[in-house]
Amino acid sequence: MTLVLYRIDDRLIHGQVVVGWGQPLDIEFIVLVDDTVAAEEWEQELYRMGVPPEMDVYFHSTNDAIKALAKYRSDSRAGILLTGDIATMRRLVDGNGITAVNVGGLHSRAGRVQRLRYVFLTPEEERELRALSARGVAVTAQDVPGARPVSLEDLLAGNEL
Amino acid sequence: MSRDIFEKTMSSPQTTSDQVPKHRAIVAGHGEFAAGLVSAVQQITGRGDQLIPVAVHTLGVADIEALLRQQMIDADVRVIFTDLQAGSCTMASRRILRGMEDAVLIAGANLPTLLDFVFAEGVSAPQAARHAAERGRAAIAVHGAGA
Repeated sequence: MTLVLYRIDDRLIHGQVVVGWGQPLDIEFIVLVDDTVAAEEWEQELYRMGVPPEMDVYFHSTNDAIKALAKYRSDSRAGILLTGDIATMRRLVDGNGITAVNVGGLHSRAGRVQRLRYVFLTPEEERELRALSARGVAVTAQDVPGARPVSLEDLLAGNEL
Repeated sequence: MSRDIFEKTMSSPQTTSDQVPKHRAIVAGHGEFAAGLVSAVQQITGRGDQLIPVAVHTLGVADIEALLRQQMIDADVRVIFTDLQAGSCTMASRRILRGMEDAVLIAGANLPTLLDFVFAEGVSAPQAARHAAERGRAAIAVHGAGA
């Protein structure tokens, strides 16, 4: 196996990731890429306690994750790579052969406009998603495996609201 | 424990009809988990007003934390029940507990947990919550031929 899902989700490790995706995909490890979490042991422990004991979690800053990506992609187990924002995922995508990105959850906050039940975007974030798509990355929004993937066009047009 | 919000005993009803109900805990989780559980507690015991249901559908982690913290302060409660150890409400609550040493979080709460909690009036809310967690854990049973 390998990294089977590259997900942007500002809640990082939570129920949808661990249970919703984790169980049907037989996920055995999560790579959490976040500069803040990577720098704080307490934050890492918080997220570690959210996963079952048989699931490994690896924490990386963005720069470290870029270096470690090849190792995780050749892992014999199935894994999920998580970022909390689009900009971090964009940096990982650059030149690393990532072909598909899942927008799993970007929630309400000042400056964001709702585009989907679980996706709110600033104009800059919309530009970042378009830039990902322009590089040939398949960008879809999907909170859980049972939901229909929403294309970037439909997401940005708010067609699924 | 900086305060004890449970001076009442089992022999003294928590509220009378002309009193504002005194909240004792927050219930938070995915979807309508909290509203559903509190509704069930109310139907079974008439004591659902001890619990504040909180839903967080569209909120990010920071806003969930801010909402739960504000609810705890406004209602003067020190107990949070959540649904899932990996859930965002649990994560947010654990961050809140870092600076609120008299508070307690019960993750993985179920209906038997809350039923035990609302009847335990002679002890502090955190004590009641810890007892209720054990009752909730023990209340899970398997029946049938596959058991």
